[in-house]
Amino acid sequence: MIAASQIEPVRPSPLDSRTGERREMTLHMGPQHPSMHGVLHLVVGLDGETVKWVDPDIGFLHRGVEKLCETLPWDAIAPVLERNDYLAPSTNSHAFCLAVEGLGGVDVPRRAQWLRCLADELSRISSHLVAWGTMGVDLGGAFGGGTSVFLYCLRERERILDIMQEWTGTRFHPNLSQIGGARYDVPAGFDRLLDTKLAEIDAKLDEMISMMEESPIFQARTRGIGVLSPELALGLGACGPVARASGLALDLRKTRPYEAYKEIDVPIVVRTEGDAYARYRVRIDEARVSIRLSRQILAGLPDGPIHGRPPVRSSKHKAPAGTSYAAVEGARGELGVWIRSDKEMSPTRVRLRSPSFANLSAIVYILPGHLIADVVAVLGSLDPVFGDVDR
Amino acid sequence: MWTADSILETFVFPFAISLATLSVFMTALIPVLWIERKLAARLQGRVGPYEVGSPHGYLQPIADVLKLLSKADMIPTQADRLLFLFAPIWTGTCALWGVALIPFAPGLAAFRSDISLVLLLAVASLPGLGQMAAGWASANKYALVSALRVVGQVAAFEIPLIAGAITPAIVYGSLDLNTLTEAQPAVGFLFGHPLGIPSFLLFLVGMLAEGNRTPFDIAEAESELIAGVTIEYSGMRFALFYIGEYGSLFLFGLLACVLWFGGFRGPFVPGPHWLLLKGFAFFCFVTILRWSFIRLRIDQFLKISWSGFVPASFLLVLLAVWWVG
Repeated sequence: MIAASQIEPVRPSPLDSRTGERREMTLHMGPQHPSMHGVLHLVVGLDGETVKWVDPDIGFLHRGVEKLCETLPWDAIAPVLERNDYLAPSTNSHAFCLAVEGLGGVDVPRRAQWLRCLADELSRISSHLVAWGTMGVDLGGAFGGGTSVFLYCLRERERILDIMQEWTGTRFHPNLSQIGGARYDVPAGFDRLLDTKLAEIDAKLDEMISMMEESPIFQARTRGIGVLSPELALGLGACGPVARASGLALDLRKTRPYEAYKEIDVPIVVRTEGDAYARYRVRIDEARVSIRLSRQILAGLPDGPIHGRPPVRSSKHKAPAGTSYAAVEGARGELGVWIRSDKEMSPTRVRLRSPSFANLSAIVYILPGHLIADVVAVLGSLDPVFGDVDR
Repeated sequence: MWTADSILETFVFPFAISLATLSVFMTALIPVLWIERKLAARLQGRVGPYEVGSPHGYLQPIADVLKLLSKADMIPTQADRLLFLFAPIWTGTCALWGVALIPFAPGLAAFRSDISLVLLLAVASLPGLGQMAAGWASANKYALVSALRVVGQVAAFEIPLIAGAITPAIVYGSLDLNTLTEAQPAVGFLFGHPLGIPSFLLFLVGMLAEGNRTPFDIAEAESELIAGVTIEYSGMRFALFYIGEYGSLFLFGLLACVLWFGGFRGPFVPGPHWLLLKGFAFFCFVTILRWSFIRLRIDQFLKISWSGFVPASFLLVLLAVWWVG
């Protein structure tokens, strides 16, 4: 296997010493651009319509979350972190709570563990729905079939939000995980609600597939575009659907099982093409798997309390000194949180390992040689969330 | 020597006819905008405009235009001023010229000519020129890339469009749209002749490309080029591009109805109502196409044109000539 350091990114061409200009036309895509997934600023070197190099400029959504965490009491951090990867919110707080619990050796009741995993699976489905939708907009534009796909996807995502509302009272940021347990138990009749809503989504997935995949135009636009080799994916730390589309069977739920996944067999969806199509397709299959896992988790939900005694709710609580790293398989891959505690009211240092950042870094390698139209297709297939990239 | 008749014929009639065409055209554009918005909303599971002119947002197009009229007119400092100001007027008015050639009832067209089909096709390809000018004049890289795409697109798709449109002309031996309408069988050229369907398909593809509709809206491509050539335009100048786009789409729709669907002919009384009805139905069809497809890439688009549609066009014309004998 080639070491990743041997694969060089294509750097921007040097300025001409005489004119002070570059050979290529530089096009600044973003930060205000319809398909930059938020606030990515991409400086693209163009020869005609062919991309020669790309120079990503990130940080427009930097909020200083890691620094903010150092000022907050332990139990107030998880809700803040949910705003990072805002398309799959509950995975963020889950990872943080796992890290703190590792620090203090807190015993989490089994029921709470399973509930957290259920929330993760549901947010994975909703996040993947948004990913296809935005990819559709990237490929088809706001005035065309792409928007239709996008709106169908959002309509289906609404069902997940309905489920979360019934469960936690909040549609978007469920704020379910808390240190040492889960905040909300499932309401009565929840299994019936979940079953109906998920069945509806499952039925509509075929409609999405026929809208996108069975269209020869979609095939032409995504097959063989933005191929990410397994070596490069590994070297960049790519994870989640992006890595799995490149033939790497990386899934924390399988490779380093935590909580409910220790008892449930998680099938890993892997494809070998590594192109934009494979990344899209992995997400479709994964959503199907997640629908099945959600049902499985709810069916096997253990009885018992949902948080340990006493629940960590006091702002005066101090976590034991030490460092701890915990990661969950978020919708975009390994979402990790590293914490250092000096037995203070707040963590001394919090460091987030965001999957979007690792996946986004691939564009410098895979975009050169493609056309402008492919830039947005590849970006759509990588599915970065800028709350997560810029933190 | 000016007589009363010649003054009427030289100055008054053209003016009156232009005014009439303009009002018909502008009145037709308002339902066109509304239909597009409502139909798109229906396709996407939305309700679309609802509040302005409730209950179904009938007045929304008027509100849209009023909003655009009230916007500041911005001209970039580096723009080629003359070209920048002139381009939207060019694009916005060209489609109007074409409508003047459409026969709305037997013998009734604003401008009658023996070669009205040729004139119409010539006029219909003019908006592209305005787009190119706008792309060049805007001094914006997105607009420039878009202008380059317009050039490629117009060159590649004018041929299928024209080949499709002249097939009925070859078959019926006339370039007059009025004669062509009358010459068709009752089911229209589309079903009344073996070359009807292939020629219509070629025309449709060319038309979608010309009218900047998905899957061929390469030039605007707003997920890539944001707004294409219109990126630096605001207010009414921006609206003129849209009048041009919808206008040429509507014009092509009318032309398609004239050439393939029997134009103003229909059961009961033939007349403009049939043509307009068919025109709107055709527009709905195109709108559904638009909101169901994603976009091709520019290289794939040019490839299918030059290696698929252009040879097919020549083949079609040869077949038509062979058919006539």
